[in-house]
Amino acid sequence: MLSIKNLHASIGGKEILKGIYLEVKAGEVHAIMGPNGSGKSTLSAVLAGREDYEVTEGSITFNGKNLLELSPEDRAREGIFLAFQYPIEIPGVSNVNFLKTALNEIRAYKGLEPMEAKDFLARLKEKQKLVELDGKLANRSVNEGFSGGEKKRNEIFQMAMLDPCLAILDETDSGLDIDALRIVAGGVNKLKSKDNATIVITHYQRLLDYIVPDVVHVLFNGKIVKSGPKELALELEEKGYDFIKEEVGA
Amino acid sequence: MANEILEDQIGGEYKYGFVTDIEADNAPKGLNEDIIRFISKKKNEPEWMLEYRLKAFRYWLTLEEPRWAHVSYTKPNFQDIIYYSAPKPKVQLNSLDEVDPELLKTFEKLGISIEEQKRLSGVESRIAVDIVMDSVSVKTTFKETLSEKGIIFCSFGEAVQEHPELIKKYMGSVVPYTDNFYAALNSAVFTDGSFCYIPKGVRCPMELSTYFRINASGTGQFERTLIIADEGGYVSYLEGCTAPMRDENQLHAAVVEIVTHKNAEVKYSTVQNWYPGDKEGKGGIFNFVTKRGICLEDNSKISWTQVETGSAVTWKYPSVILKGDNSVGEFYSVAVTNNYQQADTGTKMMHLGKNTRSTIISKGISAGFSNNSYRGLVRIAKGASNARNFSQCDSLLMGDKCGAHTFPYIEIKDKSAVVEHEATTSKIGEDQLFYCKQRGIDNEKAIGLIVNGYCKEVLNKLPMEFAVEAQKLLAVSLEGSVG
Repeated sequence: MLSIKNLHASIGGKEILKGIYLEVKAGEVHAIMGPNGSGKSTLSAVLAGREDYEVTEGSITFNGKNLLELSPEDRAREGIFLAFQYPIEIPGVSNVNFLKTALNEIRAYKGLEPMEAKDFLARLKEKQKLVELDGKLANRSVNEGFSGGEKKRNEIFQMAMLDPCLAILDETDSGLDIDALRIVAGGVNKLKSKDNATIVITHYQRLLDYIVPDVVHVLFNGKIVKSGPKELALELEEKGYDFIKEEVGA
Repeated sequence: MANEILEDQIGGEYKYGFVTDIEADNAPKGLNEDIIRFISKKKNEPEWMLEYRLKAFRYWLTLEEPRWAHVSYTKPNFQDIIYYSAPKPKVQLNSLDEVDPELLKTFEKLGISIEEQKRLSGVESRIAVDIVMDSVSVKTTFKETLSEKGIIFCSFGEAVQEHPELIKKYMGSVVPYTDNFYAALNSAVFTDGSFCYIPKGVRCPMELSTYFRINASGTGQFERTLIIADEGGYVSYLEGCTAPMRDENQLHAAVVEIVTHKNAEVKYSTVQNWYPGDKEGKGGIFNFVTKRGICLEDNSKISWTQVETGSAVTWKYPSVILKGDNSVGEFYSVAVTNNYQQADTGTKMMHLGKNTRSTIISKGISAGFSNNSYRGLVRIAKGASNARNFSQCDSLLMGDKCGAHTFPYIEIKDKSAVVEHEATTSKIGEDQLFYCKQRGIDNEKAIGLIVNGYCKEVLNKLPMEFAVEAQKLLAVSLEGSVG
């Protein structure tokens, strides 16, 4: 589904990603871990098409398409969803209106008619339950005045509504208490299928107790320096990132 | 990068920029007493009306053009303007068949289908329309239906002929010709406009609407609107404005007066879309308008809602004098400036009566190289006990070459007053846009969403049909203007 080869990216002339290789297949969950400043958030931003970053080398293929040639909105329409580390507030625009617009834009891209109002409402109700989101939040302005936990839950709610092919969760666990973490992770697990894939970006192993990854990658200084089964996360937690530094001789 | 997008895409197209090829009956260019006599004669006016005009004109001659607004432009040459232009032939029209087909096409392009409105008769949401093209009112619809309820809705010129007692009593009672430079000019040369009278205890069953259209080249439009709601009366009034695209600056200097008696309410909504000039700032309408209402008696209410997207230069402060006790004044405004547009707009709330309340919600949006100013005055007079005002003035900036300014003035002469003022300035963030794009929403739609969200409190105040139009207009006016 996703194939990243020798990806180099920089911002303001400073190289952050220095040759990333990553293969993600349908049905898989990949975790990307790494210390601060290793390039985790840059990777998610480059995948989503944030224009501040310049890709200087390498390729990203998504379902056979050259992702780097697509605009951010077309990447979203092709099925890439980014759950933001810091979800953005849009005052005066209700969640429902926002999602309806997004959903119908994605449908239009695929040559589909806008969704019938009653089908949309049914979907709304169903997905709200999934992340135990208060019905009132759906009618409120996008993320405006939401608590940190509500914002993160809202991201997963949007993900459920838009049903992406590849979801990238950028530090979705940050700022969540244990109950919210359980709910968010539960939502992600329920949305998992053999046709979609998830990339979980996190600092801590904690989230991976709930969302169990197939592969764990360690990102360090712009490169994936180690990949392994889910136990790698535990090892990291135990030993800290220093042992990776020693291993790669940094 | 932001600026590249900005420069790349700035400016939606102005879709009302067509010119209708109609023969017009024009006055010669220039302004003097003879021109005023000419206009008055053309309109077959009584002597008192001519006297009023001449007094206003003589007063105007003593005035200097105001310069305090935060706008800069080349002063209009008042001798280079045609003060009277009427589509020919000017005959009394009884049915649509008699209307010049070119004129009908114009209405269609403006999205005002009179035919459709006729067909809609009997349906609840009907709108009666008065259309003022250049200097004269060309068609008023639903007059008969309205007159059954005693409602008078006609062109100003007609009201001068048919209801001189009302005109004499109310004209200039809210905006006297001595008020300001442009009000004096308007009082001297106004050519037509709309008149509306709601009798005692009558709620007007439909929205009343006036469309103003400047068509002829080299003309100015000087219309007057006078709305009176007698005791317990209610009316919701809509005003729309468009003009052709021309390289020259055309002058629009209107006067709107509203009077509400005891327990009466007038809701006045404007979607102003005069031609704003091209991307380089060439051409466009100078919109210098005096709009004021007076809550003359107790428990009455006047509400102004405006969506301002057009004009090269706007200078406009719809205001309310809260004279009656417990009266209410409201001002809801969205003002958009793009490219080289300049707007200096706001309101004045003059609290004279006891327990009077006013609300001001102003949303300014600046893009391109434009300048957008809010200027407002809240005055609480001595004896206006327990007066309350709430003001909220928000500015939204798009790009880094535009300006937003706020000039709030507050004068309080009564200790019991409570006045609140809130102001914010924000920028449409790249973050917000990227967030929308990441959900599959493209730049243009995202701007539409964000801007409409920002203006929601004001758009909610517009009648349904108008709100939809205004939303579209906002999106068009700002197309691609964000980075």
